[in-house]
Amino acid sequence: MTGLFSAVFLSALLFGAVTAAIPLLLAGLGEQMSEKAGVLNIGIEGMLLAGAYLGFVGAFYSGSLWLGFVTGAAGGAAVALIMALLCVRIGLNQIVIGIALTLGLEGLTALLHHFQFSRSYPRLPAADATVIPLLSDIPVIGPAFFKHHLIVYLAVALVFGMGYLYRRTQLGLNLQAAGDKPAALDVAGIDVIKTRTIAVLTTGALAGLGGAYLANVGAGLFIPFITNGAGFLGIVLAMLARGRPVWVLFGALLFGVCLSLTTAMQVAGINIPTDVIQMLPFLAVMIMLVLFGRRASLPAALGIPYERGAR
Amino acid sequence: MSSLSSSSVAARDIVALEGVTKRFPGIVANDSVDLSIRPGEVQVLLGENGAGKSTLIGMLSGLLQPDEGRILVDGKPTPITSPRHALALGIGTVFQHMMLVPTLTVAENLLLGGRWWQRPRTEELAARVAEITSTLGITVKLHAKVSELSLGEQQQVEILRAMVRKSRLLILDESTSMLTPKGIDELGALMRRLVEQGLAIVFITHKLKEAAAFGDRISVLKLGRKVGEIPPERFRALGEQAIISEIVELMFGKQSDDPEAVERPVRTVHAEAAPLLQVADLAVAPTDNAPGLSSISFDIRPGEILGIAGIDGNGQKQLAEALAGQRAATGGSVRLEGVAIEALSVGERRRRGLRYLTDDRLGEGTVGTFPVSINFFLKQVGAAPFWRNGVEQRAEIDKRATQLVREYDVRTPSLKTPVARLSGGNIQKVLLARELAEGAKMVIFNKPTYGLDLANTLASRQRIRDTAARGLAVLLISTDLEELLSMCDRIAVIANGALVGTVENVDDARTKVGRLMIGLAA
Repeated sequence: MTGLFSAVFLSALLFGAVTAAIPLLLAGLGEQMSEKAGVLNIGIEGMLLAGAYLGFVGAFYSGSLWLGFVTGAAGGAAVALIMALLCVRIGLNQIVIGIALTLGLEGLTALLHHFQFSRSYPRLPAADATVIPLLSDIPVIGPAFFKHHLIVYLAVALVFGMGYLYRRTQLGLNLQAAGDKPAALDVAGIDVIKTRTIAVLTTGALAGLGGAYLANVGAGLFIPFITNGAGFLGIVLAMLARGRPVWVLFGALLFGVCLSLTTAMQVAGINIPTDVIQMLPFLAVMIMLVLFGRRASLPAALGIPYERGAR
Repeated sequence: MSSLSSSSVAARDIVALEGVTKRFPGIVANDSVDLSIRPGEVQVLLGENGAGKSTLIGMLSGLLQPDEGRILVDGKPTPITSPRHALALGIGTVFQHMMLVPTLTVAENLLLGGRWWQRPRTEELAARVAEITSTLGITVKLHAKVSELSLGEQQQVEILRAMVRKSRLLILDESTSMLTPKGIDELGALMRRLVEQGLAIVFITHKLKEAAAFGDRISVLKLGRKVGEIPPERFRALGEQAIISEIVELMFGKQSDDPEAVERPVRTVHAEAAPLLQVADLAVAPTDNAPGLSSISFDIRPGEILGIAGIDGNGQKQLAEALAGQRAATGGSVRLEGVAIEALSVGERRRRGLRYLTDDRLGEGTVGTFPVSINFFLKQVGAAPFWRNGVEQRAEIDKRATQLVREYDVRTPSLKTPVARLSGGNIQKVLLARELAEGAKMVIFNKPTYGLDLANTLASRQRIRDTAARGLAVLLISTDLEELLSMCDRIAVIANGALVGTVENVDDARTKVGRLMIGLAA
């Protein structure tokens, strides 16, 4: 069992945890914004997948990882646009549309990938890490946290950006009002539909970015169903975080640790069936829900389409 | 009564309505209403429920668009297209239901509505708020969460918000309905200070006393039409009593062209007969969103119809549910044929002949997706002969259902049609058939004609009269005074969960009940 506590093992575990956490973090932050504005975005798994697929395709053909991130975010936003049209503007049921989008995107991305690459799974070159001087020299922690792709640091910075947005800006106020009491926002002269649309599109872009990271940096390739429930974990994170972005970060890291245990344990040569270990993140979800779920407070108007002057 | 500021200048209208009509499916909410709103004047809109007050406000605040007629702002025809547009025109509204975000602070609520790319200007707001509150003599806790404020404080925040936005016209929709008497007086004083600053106020209420105390000009709405206006000159010339009697006549006076008007047939209730239902000191604890009941007492004799009048939400539903056993009473007694039933379950009360026709026809009255036939027997599920050993007896059910459909004239494509597909009137007939069927002795009708068209309304009323004629005791709860006057033997008025008076339905009952409803002594 000595291998479990070796520096190499810990470093690998934590490095993997961060890598696995980034898609969850971006999905969770995105979902949080939708939910704040009163839209339960179950289609986020589909947005993540669209981002993973288009992000990979963009990076594969252009050779630029950054262009991949852009196409990925655009892909997620495109799916979100459908969601915004159907659920925010027309006011259809958010749960049904969300599930339909997720299932639809699972099929569509698998199909498109099959047409393009048949049964081969081409890889992208390994992503360049941005090594942070000095900090990366710290034993264990340095290689785990400070040798990642630049986008990882940007994602973490986004957590604080979001916190500022919610607490200090007009848009943050509007978003919260759209979720808690949309009629009050409407009579204050702000278009509720527009506010919610902005939130849903942002969610899509963030989820798409998360998907692109997952495919291009995390895995280096696209395989059908690659997101494997990461979007749903993002929904759980957003619900448990009760509107605070920092909690999404903590939660994402916790789930990331669970996800990365699979590979890390193989590195350490410990023989537990991978199926058991792959259950870990979902077991963690259930434990977290039991511990904190009851205190989760959701916006009052979550999931309810807004109609002006409805009587 | 009115202040000196009201008519000193020949003020021009800030906003005027000309022939404004608004229809909703099935009803005309506003029928060519004219209204002129002037600075320095409190314009009171007085009317009962359904008089069209809220619809009028919806159009002024940009939430609704008129179907006909036009709105003039500063003399120019101006369609008010959205709430933002209304605010830009200087029309601020304090809605009946609070329009504040409970999870945000007062300051944040006041800042709502800024352009999204701007930073909230907290310091600027604080200065402006200090300036306004000092002239109005109110204090506001800027950094308190709205959910921690009392309703009166929340209302002040809403008024303040309208002032911060530089409103020239302030609309107060039923603003006193949730306030304490002290809060109402404070609001009245605040309104007076606001109009002295040159603001125009439209104050909506259904309480006559408030109208007389706070208003400069009173317009009376009835069934969507403006039936009268008392301008400031007349207001001052008349004494309070004269004004009140004039308004009572306008609000509750009989209209000549009312299609629902039916002469009440003279029925003889045996005054000496023992009461079928005796209610004494019935009390129910208040809940978060409903008033409680306190010391409700009344008797109903066989063949008698007792009406319960009152503004909606004053405990009518609580009363009906407490009698039916659906809501726990905290005190008092209910006797049916002399036997105490207050401790019995809903089902047992029903078996003893007490029936309750809910106003929530689809929510609690029927199961919308079940067929018409099953809905007739919802309250007898499991009972013979319709169920035997837990198995549904389709033939028995259909046989009886066919009879009931014929007897009660339920227009349904088939017995198997889900009841939710029927019209409101036919759903009501299903309920009537179910509740009036065998064994009924005392029936509670809660708003039995609410939302029905004229034909069904008349049919339902006839059904209720027939029920009483059969010797049953009837409690008829309604917010429609005409309905009560055309049917009841006696009318009790409920306000804040207590009966404030009972009136024999003879001669001047209309005026007496009207006076009780608006908070005056009969």
